[in-house]
Amino acid sequence: MVTYILCLMLFCVGLYCVLRKRNLIKIIIGIGIMGYAVNLFIILAGYRAQSRAPIYANDQIVARMVDPLPQAMVMTSIVLELSVTLILIAIAIRIYEKYGTFDITKINKLKG
Amino acid sequence: MADLIQYLIIVPLAAAFLIPLFAKKARWLCQVLAQAGVLIITALSFAIALYVKDGLTLIYNVGRWPVPTGISLVVDSLSAFMLVISNFVMLVIVLYSNSYIKKYSDTWKHYSLLMMVVSGVNGVLVTGDIFNLYVFLEIASIAVYALFAFGLRKESFEAAFKYAVMSTVASTFVLLGIAVLYSYVSTLNMAGIASALTAKEQSGSVIKFVTVLFLMGFGLKAALVPFHSWLPDAYSESPATVPAISSGILIKVLGVYTLGRILFNVFGMQPAVSHILLALAVMSMVLGGIMAFGQTNVRRLLGYSSISQIGYIFLALGVGTKLALVGGLFHILNHSISKSLLFLNVGLVEDHPDMAKKPVNAFTALAGAMSICGVPPTGGFWSKLIIIIACIEAGHIALAFIAVVVSIFTIAYYFRALTPVLFSQGKAAEARPGAKGMPFSMGFAVILLAVISVASGVVLMPNAANALLTGAVNILIGGTGYASAAMGALR
Amino acid sequence: MIQKGMSVIVKTVTKITLGFILLYAVYISLNGHTGPGGGFAGGVIVALSFVHIMLVFGKEMALKRLRSYVLRGLTCAGALIFLYAATVKFSGGCVPFGAFLEKSVSCRLFNSEITLPFCEMLIIGAGLFAIFVALVLLSKSDRYDSE
Repeated sequence: MVTYILCLMLFCVGLYCVLRKRNLIKIIIGIGIMGYAVNLFIILAGYRAQSRAPIYANDQIVARMVDPLPQAMVMTSIVLELSVTLILIAIAIRIYEKYGTFDITKINKLKG
Repeated sequence: MADLIQYLIIVPLAAAFLIPLFAKKARWLCQVLAQAGVLIITALSFAIALYVKDGLTLIYNVGRWPVPTGISLVVDSLSAFMLVISNFVMLVIVLYSNSYIKKYSDTWKHYSLLMMVVSGVNGVLVTGDIFNLYVFLEIASIAVYALFAFGLRKESFEAAFKYAVMSTVASTFVLLGIAVLYSYVSTLNMAGIASALTAKEQSGSVIKFVTVLFLMGFGLKAALVPFHSWLPDAYSESPATVPAISSGILIKVLGVYTLGRILFNVFGMQPAVSHILLALAVMSMVLGGIMAFGQTNVRRLLGYSSISQIGYIFLALGVGTKLALVGGLFHILNHSISKSLLFLNVGLVEDHPDMAKKPVNAFTALAGAMSICGVPPTGGFWSKLIIIIACIEAGHIALAFIAVVVSIFTIAYYFRALTPVLFSQGKAAEARPGAKGMPFSMGFAVILLAVISVASGVVLMPNAANALLTGAVNILIGGTGYASAAMGALR
Repeated sequence: MIQKGMSVIVKTVTKITLGFILLYAVYISLNGHTGPGGGFAGGVIVALSFVHIMLVFGKEMALKRLRSYVLRGLTCAGALIFLYAATVKFSGGCVPFGAFLEKSVSCRLFNSEITLPFCEMLIIGAGLFAIFVALVLLSKSDRYDSE
């Protein structure tokens, strides 16, 4: 239970970072933290007590193993997050080039 | 027939990766590849729609794995209805962009990203697996982040960053919801989730939590009011094809379709959820209409109008009777066609200022605006009328009154926007030096969309399209009967 | 600046070890079917080896060898082969040459165990390096892509 609460706290830290920080790079880091928290939650959802990794080999008999499907999901979502992070960084670099700052309060050409 | 479903995803993906190979060598080949790819999948989706219009459900198991293990692609009438709309609108937009996009450098990137969006959207529409839905949602979203930044201006980067951050947070909420759902029912197949939830005795609090997460996530993609602020900014600075795609296809498919599918068919509609939907819908309708009044930029005005019209669609989903859903789905069709038409008109005028008062632009813009305002002969009138009648029938007199008032608002701000185009006496703007007049493909695209937006009331008469619409409504009305339909077709 | 890049010792060591790094990347990506590894990890190693070349020999040298259209072509070719192989598997041979690939013993090499990790290595390697190049050069010049 403590693990789940810590996972939720990690998610909230990421959300706080996205909502409150004024630096573009810190916002991107916050999005990363949120993604890690959700990935951690998915892995926790597939965990079973005292079981081992779901690798199947001919010479081994696996009695109890964790649910392998969440791990496949996490692989996919990590790759998606990687691409989102890259495109965000690319846009942030272009914004720095155009505005000369990473501060979102100074990047305000568009209003409402 | 079921084997053909996968090509809805494979063909645009193949086109998206083939286009960069010919990027520098043959510019025309990029256009031809994109156009051919969209043409193939449009024909395919029309064929599939004709096949499933009588209530059949097509199932394709990816890799021949049976359902609890593998991923299934499910096409029923609702998916087919959305497939036809989105692929047809995309076909017209690609046709239009063949001459529109010439003023930008690196046009192949535009085509490649468009094909990515198409494959993502088609994937969302055909998939029967909830995690797969998330993956395709992200594919479409990531391609659109890049498309919104395509203008390479200060403002477009700002808007793209804003949208990218908000949309990524929304996607994270969706992923969290999927994780909670998976840990509760131990399956990712949507039909499997539906039958597992009906089998469980008490599933109240978990489903409420997941519903809220999905409402936040998909509601942002649909630009419902508390989550709408990305939309006008993103629309104001990008090539005109991009808001046309976003408003015509993406907010419908990534927002309305996904929410409708999950809330109606997977969870089964609860009265509390429909009240939330009604509240969000009324807020969207009213705030979108009021904000549209204050705009001086026509693109932002159209953006706020999109928010307002999305409110109508969610109003229909929230009322949830059969008549209301007919109106809502029909309004999706009308709004897709008319709003993409209006954005294409905007692009036309920005490119060729001398064309603003020519009949081909003025009358098509008038047709689109009439359809969105709900002026009688057009399709938009019938869909709004049906939604309002359904509200009265279901006893929501106040909602019907608000819908009528917002509709009058809509006429007012569109009148304000179109007056300078249609009725002002001033001299027509000078043609840009070196401009060669309007290209054929742009004119053909706007005329095609204008004809459809005026004549789309035909769908309400008994014919194949009406059968498809009724089938789609029956899928939504059937609720968790989706599970037995999707599972039953397997055996 | 007379000499581009790092000192001659680093350059010589890089020349010797580069082949081994790429070989290791291939090993990792082919090992992924039964053991730890996989196309993604192998691709990351390939991309890092390219970054290594770029750091050691200087930007101009590395980009002379690996132009942006080469990277683009490698990424897209990898993705297309991946897509084709996946389509063969999905549809059970209902694509051009599909039946041939499914049935014939000599074409077992075109099996998902070999092809897919290799294509993934290609995509990730070329793609990540292209992204690295793009991010490095973005602030320097706008027109890297239109040579």
